[in-house]
Amino acid sequence: MSLDIAAPAARRPFARTGRLLLEIWHDRSAAFGLSVIVVILFCAVFAPWVAPYDPGAQDLGARLVPPFWLERGSLAHILGTDHLGRDILSRIIHGSRASLLVAASVVLIAGTFGTIMGLWAGFRGGRTDSVIMRIVDIQVALPALLLILLVISVVGPGIATMIVVLSIANWMVYARLVRSIVLSVRQLEYIEAAEMIGCRPGRVVFSHLLPNLISPLLTLAILEFTNIILAEAALSFLGLGVQPPATSWGLDVANGKDYLFVAWWLVTFPGLCISITVIAINLLANWVRVTTDPQEREKRYARHRAGRRRQAARQPVGGQQ
Amino acid sequence: MGSYIVRRLWQGILVVLAVTTIVFVVTRLVGNPVDIMLPLSATTEQRAAFAHQIGLDRPILEQFGTFVWDAIHLDFGDSLWQRRAAMEVVLERLPNTLLLLVSGIGTAIVLSLPLGTIAALRPGGIVDRLIVGLGLLGLSLPQFWVGLMLIITFSVVFGLLPTSGIGTPAHIILPSIAMALPSLARLSMLVRSAMLDELNKQYIQTARAKGMPLHRIVTVHGFRNILAGFLTMSGWEVIYALAGFSVVVETVFAWPGLGQTALQAIQRSDLFLLQAIVFCVAILIVLINLALDIIYKLVDPRIDLN
Repeated sequence: MSLDIAAPAARRPFARTGRLLLEIWHDRSAAFGLSVIVVILFCAVFAPWVAPYDPGAQDLGARLVPPFWLERGSLAHILGTDHLGRDILSRIIHGSRASLLVAASVVLIAGTFGTIMGLWAGFRGGRTDSVIMRIVDIQVALPALLLILLVISVVGPGIATMIVVLSIANWMVYARLVRSIVLSVRQLEYIEAAEMIGCRPGRVVFSHLLPNLISPLLTLAILEFTNIILAEAALSFLGLGVQPPATSWGLDVANGKDYLFVAWWLVTFPGLCISITVIAINLLANWVRVTTDPQEREKRYARHRAGRRRQAARQPVGGQQ
Repeated sequence: MGSYIVRRLWQGILVVLAVTTIVFVVTRLVGNPVDIMLPLSATTEQRAAFAHQIGLDRPILEQFGTFVWDAIHLDFGDSLWQRRAAMEVVLERLPNTLLLLVSGIGTAIVLSLPLGTIAALRPGGIVDRLIVGLGLLGLSLPQFWVGLMLIITFSVVFGLLPTSGIGTPAHIILPSIAMALPSLARLSMLVRSAMLDELNKQYIQTARAKGMPLHRIVTVHGFRNILAGFLTMSGWEVIYALAGFSVVVETVFAWPGLGQTALQAIQRSDLFLLQAIVFCVAILIVLINLALDIIYKLVDPRIDLN
């Protein structure tokens, strides 16, 4: 008896994942975004095995070799080498680690802290709310990047510094979002009912309020992820982020800056990687936003049905109405 | 209106005070200015003399008092790198940054209105998709990389424009494009979605039904109603750029503005210069915010400021 109940429950998550993947597959841009993200994640995790060379290995005999399709280029270095003869492809593969590590940590830390502050402010209201929101307002009005530069110049650059500083500078967006949702949801009857029958505040927050937050928080976190990737790249480019001998895409662009006239590939490929990563995540975020919003989902479903019907009737596809 | 401005001014003073406190805590308590600013080879006597000179041997509250007092008088000490008052350096570089802001963000603001509107007129059409695609690119490409790609294309390959520096009008073209791109993307997406919302409202359909030409609907009804939101966002773009994003563009193009100076101050461990820059930018941001609030109220009388 217990087996009969357990079996479908155990199979269900896979079925749901499968359906979700199928849904992504039908949206071309989301499918593109997801595949790019999977490839980059794979490269980041298995960098030492994927990369053809050690990212720091210098070969002064093969300096500034262009990519393989140009003359003088060779298949030994598909994307060419830099001014110290290091393989660009290997450096790009290893560089993905810094971007993803920093972005994931910052989104996690800032997201958690911001969500807690937002829940606290929205749930307690009154003086707690006004103090927290005043802090948020003031911090939003501060020249964030300049203060980040100031802190880094005092504390010294590095990945840990960058994660801490970017987390401190980015928690407010989550707090604002969470607070506004909590304020609107608190008015609803089912929360009132839960409080009436004597649910503890913790239970109200975690089992009644938090589920409302998941989809907007997820969308915000994905968008923030791209912002942090760009911030990490910019800081490393300025020499205030990842420090050599570690690698990062932004750092590689900075290294190649002095060779702009003789070797365009030094700055082009790492920058291209940043761009493609951010574009892919943005495409996926767009899909997540539409998918988690019931109204948008309905619209998409209606469009899909209309398209199928048109195809079935073999009518010429009309204009963009 | 008057009491509102006073209240906002008070909030602005709070922000400036917060910046001053953060700068003080970071530079005096988290780090030690003597260690940061003097070279490793400095002797113990030199260190002690420098600490005495900038008042590090006084009680911490007295130090903070002096710090705030000096900040009010815009006195941030001498820049060790330039060997003159830090404020003097700031005032010398500020116009360059403002010039870049006006030409870069200004271009973005001017272009985003027509682009967003054209996209909103036929949602899902080919022009719309093109503009949305460009918007995605603008949001996704790192600014410093766009700058370098522009240099490679227009300066190295075609040799049309100078790579970096300041001087002739041609020097400002590439930095402005790099500066404008992300703002242009954000603003045109904003105009597009606001215009879409507005054009779907019933009174617009009434206007159409009675035969009002489209261009008049857009300019008379559409623009006027999205203007307040658009102005706020444009102001935020100026603030973003001022609050740090000009650092990247100015570094790429060796544009001698505040951003590049801030980075140079960091590289030369010139703490006093960096303090002066942060403080001045904070004041500018507060003033822009105040101006925005007032404009906001003038443009959209429905808004109740209290």
